[in-house]
Amino acid sequence: MLDDLDRIGPVLAMAGVGALLLIWDFLPQGRVLPRARGKALLAFALVGPSLSAAWALSLLTRDEAAYSFANSVVLDDFSLFFYFLFAGISAAVVLASQDYGRRFGAHEGEFYALVLFASAAMQLLASSRDLILIFVALEVTSISQYIMAALQRDDRATEAGVKYLLMGAVASAVILYGMAYLFGLTGTTRLVAPEGEISIASVVAERGDEMRAGLLLASVMLIAGLGFKMAVVPFQMWVPDVYQGSAAPVGAFLSVASKAAGFAVAMRIFYEGLADQVISESWADVFAILAAVSMTAGNVLALVQSNIKRLLGYSSIAQAGYIMVGLAAVSAAGGLSQGASSVLFYMGAYALTNLGAFIVVIAISARTGSDEIADYAGLFRRSPALALGLALALVSLTGIPPTAGFVAKLYIFNAAVESDLVWLVVFGVLNSVVSAFYYIRVAGLMFTAEPTAPESVPTTVALKLALTVAVAGILFVGIVPSPLLDAARDAAAVFSQ
Amino acid sequence: MLSLLIFLPAATALVLFLLPRSQESYAKWVAAGAALIGLVLALLMYVDFDQLDGGLQFVERRAWIEGVGFDVQYFVGVDGLSATLVLLTAFLFVIAAFVSWNVELRPREYFGWLMLLETAVLGVFAAQDLVLFFLFWELELVPMFFLISIWGTGRKEYSAMKFLLYTFAGSALMLVGFLVLGFAAGTFDMEELARADLSGAAISLNAVFFLILAAFAVKLPVIPLHTWLPDAHTDAPTAVSVILAGVLLKMGGYGLIRILVGILPEQFDKYDVYLAALAAASVLYGAVLTMRQQDLKRLVAYSSVSHMGYVLLGVAALGEVGLTGASLQMFTHGTITALLFVMVGLIYDRAHTRQISDLSGLAHVMPIAATVFLIAGLASLGLPAMSGFVAELLVFLGSVERFEAPTILAVTGILLSAGYILWTAQRILFGPRNERWARLPDATSWWEQVSMAALVGVIIGVGIYPATIVDVLEHGVRRSLGAG
Repeated sequence: MLDDLDRIGPVLAMAGVGALLLIWDFLPQGRVLPRARGKALLAFALVGPSLSAAWALSLLTRDEAAYSFANSVVLDDFSLFFYFLFAGISAAVVLASQDYGRRFGAHEGEFYALVLFASAAMQLLASSRDLILIFVALEVTSISQYIMAALQRDDRATEAGVKYLLMGAVASAVILYGMAYLFGLTGTTRLVAPEGEISIASVVAERGDEMRAGLLLASVMLIAGLGFKMAVVPFQMWVPDVYQGSAAPVGAFLSVASKAAGFAVAMRIFYEGLADQVISESWADVFAILAAVSMTAGNVLALVQSNIKRLLGYSSIAQAGYIMVGLAAVSAAGGLSQGASSVLFYMGAYALTNLGAFIVVIAISARTGSDEIADYAGLFRRSPALALGLALALVSLTGIPPTAGFVAKLYIFNAAVESDLVWLVVFGVLNSVVSAFYYIRVAGLMFTAEPTAPESVPTTVALKLALTVAVAGILFVGIVPSPLLDAARDAAAVFSQ
Repeated sequence: MLSLLIFLPAATALVLFLLPRSQESYAKWVAAGAALIGLVLALLMYVDFDQLDGGLQFVERRAWIEGVGFDVQYFVGVDGLSATLVLLTAFLFVIAAFVSWNVELRPREYFGWLMLLETAVLGVFAAQDLVLFFLFWELELVPMFFLISIWGTGRKEYSAMKFLLYTFAGSALMLVGFLVLGFAAGTFDMEELARADLSGAAISLNAVFFLILAAFAVKLPVIPLHTWLPDAHTDAPTAVSVILAGVLLKMGGYGLIRILVGILPEQFDKYDVYLAALAAASVLYGAVLTMRQQDLKRLVAYSSVSHMGYVLLGVAALGEVGLTGASLQMFTHGTITALLFVMVGLIYDRAHTRQISDLSGLAHVMPIAATVFLIAGLASLGLPAMSGFVAELLVFLGSVERFEAPTILAVTGILLSAGYILWTAQRILFGPRNERWARLPDATSWWEQVSMAALVGVIIGVGIYPATIVDVLEHGVRRSLGAG
């Protein structure tokens, strides 16, 4: 039992700090100044991701790969990859949110706690191999995020929260229905199990032919439900409104963490439970079509946006499409590992890049209260560091070297070519061209246009730190991709065993 | 040494970006100094180049990304063709730094982007791995975008975006082709790809050919993909026009020879007649459009479209002579058009107009500039004893046997170019003296004179003794043909 707990230590650490944060937030504060209190909350919130990452690091060095909790949780390289990823994302979001604390008012502590809860649940999600546990973890992440979306407590945020909640509830129901179907067909909720024990994978391998139609139906429902989390078309309706309506740090978290969680579960379910040839080609086709539609719709709709958060919302839909290209890249011989590792690599690169972009949006939004793209004009003259950071992130999102986004696109398209998906790659690259228009237009605006206001945009040290890490990461992964690539390959290797 | 040459400008760019604001007047000195060092390095390399050794020289290679199915190397080296284009690039960036001497708007950024652009272009010519080639190819986009959209004139944002989208669209398709090739051969190494059996490619090699051709045809440019060029040229600052016409277009020609002829010779052979037809059409249509231009800079830009048609014609001929001619045409066009843009920039700088109808009798007030302009014009129309003549002659010699009709049509392009050059010279240089321009200062700054003298020297030098360039170029041409 203790060993089992040790293996999900990173999750416990994250959630535990979140719980303590909530309790502390409730305690009478005496006469502490709000500013000082904000700083203390931030510092304490950072303990969560730090502890989580440290624990994950110790697991990594101890090489503890094993099942725990009666095979429902597994600690492997894939889990570890996401332990680190979610620790990093939550740390970055917490750091960048200090500027926004004022706007959250008394709810600042709650926001940090929610980020930690959601991240902990996402870490658990990535290491679950049991449908029931997956669903429970998924609900914890979802509910935390619904609250986050409405936390700002103005009209728009409330609308965003309600919208998100209603659509999310439908998505959860669809996922649950798909899971129930899968359980009905196979008689188990375990995705994979050690040799000799019954699991979805073993049943599908044995009797997949006769239950093909049912498996397909279940797959489609799971894809639809998870598609909501990943925000791919046609399950993306909530994205622009929620991003625009809720606070900027919430958008940052949703656009990166929620998406990564969705892909992590999808990889667990489809690459482990439903990896058999009987069904894999079918769901790969569904992924390929969704990828093409998502990239195209996301990019085309982003072209006409005038609000930076909506723009990043649509851009994140398109980016989810690119990542999905990697999910579709399975069928050809030996393609599985390449496709899976390209998804993971892209996810890492995307997390750095999109966080970089959102951190700047948070800074601007917190100080000027505006999210209009027009107000980014001449930003370089006002705050060169913010402008350079955002420009680099946008260049990386476009996929232009020497950035992480370039290598990520290269790698994911390479995986698709190896899986005979050249048509999808053509879709992808042409979409990059469309995206160049709106990404580079914003970048250009910051450098060429006259500023709308003369004063610079002050930021906190915490936000500067987060931005510096993101920018350095974008460049480092763009120039020296090997470390992240190796990590992604190791993590993806669990699927080819 | 090659890596030093490639990355010295990038390092300089970093220094320039970090230069404190109080020191910004030194930006041009830093940039010009770095460009000069680059030129010295390129010259040393060129002199040291061994034409008898058939392979790549100054090779540096190490693994960059390692993994099954995705091995990318940092692999640079030069053959005769690359070495010549590297030299041309290093030379023109010195000119570009000089002609930017009076840029006063945000000079640190300006020279920083210019230096970053140099790294990208040098990298394209030196890269011997398809992914690395692609990386440098894309690296050029952002500096060009900012150089045009911040320091340009007219509809600069529009032109910058048009340039970016055209180039990006072409290169996006090229990437698909590269990935298919890389997967079929199991390597992105250009040398190995040229030898590899590509029959197992995921899509037909004909499709791959056209995917890759898209990027080079946009860049060269070939009609009907040329429309970005006049806009970009017209609205770009002088130095950027010099670089754009001088070396960026050559990336397209270089790609045709190195990658399409080198790696997909059969497909090239299959479609070369269409390419020759397109080439002739580019030459003629470009020339006709040139004649109609009212704006001096647009005129030179359209003449580039016409002249790059010769490059395509020479390449399409797929013989040693034609390819050598095409390569030489790239070099000479690089120097001649650079000089023309320098002169147009100089006139615009003083007269503040580029409308041909507004200008007249400039030979009276600015004799030096007028003379150099005339020299550039005569070189551009292919006057013997200047470099343009040798190149065009070789192109026609190479292509006439294989494509009679396109060659004959293209030769008439020379007449047209004589027409528009001489007509333009007559209108702006020799027309009646115009009081409005009576006090126009001549080209008196040292940096203008150095740039003009250097370019004229190279143009005439290569015209009189083309072997200095041709012998080295042939080395690269043979390698492209031989490998295929």
